[in-house]
Amino acid sequence: MSSIDVPVERGRFGQTARRDAWWLYPLLTFLGLAGFLAYSGWAGFQGNHYTYGGYLSPVYSPLIFGHPGEDSWFGAMPAFIPSFVTVAMLVLWMPGGFRITCYYYRGAYYKAFWADPPNCTVGEPRKKYLGERYFPLIVQNIHRYFLYLALLFLVSLSYDVWKALWFDGKFGIGVGTLVLLVNVILLGSYTLSCHSLRHLVGGIFDVLSRRPVRKKMYDCVSCMNRHHMLFAWMSLFWVAFSDLYVRMCSMGIWTDWRIL
Amino acid sequence: MSTATFRIWRGDKSGGRFRDYATEISEGMVVLDAVHHIQAEHANDLAVRWNCKAGKCGSCSAEINGMPKLMCMTRLNTLPLDQPITVEPMKTFPLIKDLVTDVSWNFKVKMGIKKLKPRKPDAADGTWRMDQADIDRPQEFRKCIECFLCQDVCHVLRDHQLFDEFIGPRFLIYTAALEMNPIDTDDRVPDLRRKDGIGYCNITKCCTKVCPENITITDNAIIPLKERVVDRYFDPLAKLFRAFGADK
Repeated sequence: MSSIDVPVERGRFGQTARRDAWWLYPLLTFLGLAGFLAYSGWAGFQGNHYTYGGYLSPVYSPLIFGHPGEDSWFGAMPAFIPSFVTVAMLVLWMPGGFRITCYYYRGAYYKAFWADPPNCTVGEPRKKYLGERYFPLIVQNIHRYFLYLALLFLVSLSYDVWKALWFDGKFGIGVGTLVLLVNVILLGSYTLSCHSLRHLVGGIFDVLSRRPVRKKMYDCVSCMNRHHMLFAWMSLFWVAFSDLYVRMCSMGIWTDWRIL
Repeated sequence: MSTATFRIWRGDKSGGRFRDYATEISEGMVVLDAVHHIQAEHANDLAVRWNCKAGKCGSCSAEINGMPKLMCMTRLNTLPLDQPITVEPMKTFPLIKDLVTDVSWNFKVKMGIKKLKPRKPDAADGTWRMDQADIDRPQEFRKCIECFLCQDVCHVLRDHQLFDEFIGPRFLIYTAALEMNPIDTDDRVPDLRRKDGIGYCNITKCCTKVCPENITITDNAIIPLKERVVDRYFDPLAKLFRAFGADK
């Protein structure tokens, strides 16, 4: 209940005096995120065409279990795991959780998927509001733990780039190598510009001047953090494109050109 | 000289309606200039609060074409003049008359926030020494002119009217300026979680978008404060780390 008397009536859903295309940003966000969810969900269910030579799709990385002949961490998929389960299903929840709990994405999908609010000064569909103060959204506070997992993923994806540099035991560079390299760079930029990381490396302290290494790290992450939204979208798109590239090459539809 | 139409809210607590006023406009004019023209030519009883006309006093906050803005900083050449320009009072606060709202709730909230509690002075003359690098963060928040546009646009206050449970973005940056101050020794994290209701913020960034001082409210103040709340209440590893003596 409000302790002050606000006489102006609350707007209906979508009601606003704004004249601009306020619906465009949430619509594009919805289409972008829904498109990625649809593609990655589909790709994650396939369980095939995720490798081509030394290339491994980031949707299936790290390849903890693999088919015979594949360079997986722990060999073949254990028998107790149902046959419809793919490696992607076992690993995708980690980077997925990092994105779902990301401060940028939270603000974006609350608007695009839940209209809470649809956009600034635009009427909402619901009266009740709990925010991130209560369950279920209080769980968003787990974000930094997903950050730790995402940092480990960067190591794994970097190793995938290393493997993509070798063709039948000989050093080389293909278009696919560059696709996977750009993928790591974009995911690295997104992960290293994270708000939680910014806090953990230096933001936690009020006095940074006496901690030069922390100060440097804080300044670097802060600088990248200003472009967090850009990195979030670019890396999201590129993960899907990287999977598509490996999949198309594996299916023989696209040719992987060798550069070196 | 050309003419533009302004659709201005006229009324008080008991009710009101929009009225159209046409007035001459010229190059360089801002919305407040036009409102003053209308006040002089057509509506001598039009209530509007203003002071500096330079975007520094925070008095002339209103909603122009549906977005919270300072009237004195909104140039007419940034608005579509082929249709009436809507000017209405901030919707989050009680209306007094026409474009003037009662923002006194904000000052009551401010009184409830723990004030600066400095450490012992560093020098014999009772002063402190601090590095500019450490004061950069709080200084950004000190740019606030208390126009309360961020409070107006925040949907937690505007749509859900949680005035008793959430202090709003203005006072989250006020708290951040104190909490991140290198000489401050007080602890506001428990208040942030409970009394101040920081968990209600769902990071729409609307407050950042409307800030006339371009303070990065969400990224530099609210999220870092949320992270401090996580440190204290939701992160067992951080608790362990604190137990081994990490200082502020």
